[in-house]
Amino acid sequence: MIQLNWLLVISGVLFAISVAGMFINRKNLILLLMCVELLLLAVNFNFVAFSRYLGDINGQIFVFFVLTVAAAESAIGLAILVVLFRERRSINVEDLSTLKG
Amino acid sequence: MLVEILFWVFASILTVSALAMIMVKNPVHAAMLLVLCFFTSASIWLLIEAEFLAVVLILVYVGAVMVLFLFVVMMLDINVEEIRARVTRYALLGGIVAGVVVFQIVSVVWTRSLGIDVTTGAQAQPATYSNTAELGKVLYTDYVYPFELAAVLLLIAIVAAISLTMRKRAGLKLQNISAQVAARAQDRVRIVKVEATRPEAPATAPSSSEKPQ
Repeated sequence: MIQLNWLLVISGVLFAISVAGMFINRKNLILLLMCVELLLLAVNFNFVAFSRYLGDINGQIFVFFVLTVAAAESAIGLAILVVLFRERRSINVEDLSTLKG
Repeated sequence: MLVEILFWVFASILTVSALAMIMVKNPVHAAMLLVLCFFTSASIWLLIEAEFLAVVLILVYVGAVMVLFLFVVMMLDINVEEIRARVTRYALLGGIVAGVVVFQIVSVVWTRSLGIDVTTGAQAQPATYSNTAELGKVLYTDYVYPFELAAVLLLIAIVAAISLTMRKRAGLKLQNISAQVAARAQDRVRIVKVEATRPEAPATAPSSSEKPQ
């Protein structure tokens, strides 16, 4: 029998790995977007686990909506990235300092 | 017992592939490792009997989102070495933050029982239970309005992605909507009055099996 706390710990570890990935890959915008996807996956893990162990299907509905928003977010994020690369020839986050005072 | 072994195997694959994803240099390798993460997560969701979401995770993420990522990675001409040049500068900070996050979550999960017994598993559903049917019953009744909003959100995402990446360039084929709407039948079709004539009958009639020229 899979225990609830195993799932919660796995989800926490996954969340921490993707947070660390955001620090490590902070020069590459594509890898930052991938880390956001991993972050959302970790959160969805919690939703599915609690939905299953509390016997409440609404948690899985919420995961459904999170997946929808994540798909829209990555599509628009990648579109912005393509436009950005076309303008700047770079996807380095540190090159994107136009708004700095 | 088999379920526990499978769970730990999948959990270790998931952790290792997530760690490898944030470490590798090549963005294509990172995307493939993220696909592995999604597959193993879907397997774990199958083990805890959330079948519909497991299938949706593979269809939506592996089938659509990661393919989109791979397309973008391969289309953009990125200098990988330059990007990874000063990467270790933030690795220590990232490790510290990740350690703090893990410590907090694990301490909460292990010391507080969250009002439910976290160390026992959920009872297995009967064989006739359909996760998809249960989700559908709730999704199309209680959540029908958010469901419609999600559909509109996806439509907005499509329009936004296309309008962002579309650019004016030579030889681009575009529709001129106002010209199309303003078109009238008499501008397009010219009715020509042709006198009906009968051709001169040839001396020897062609056989019926011969195809007309």
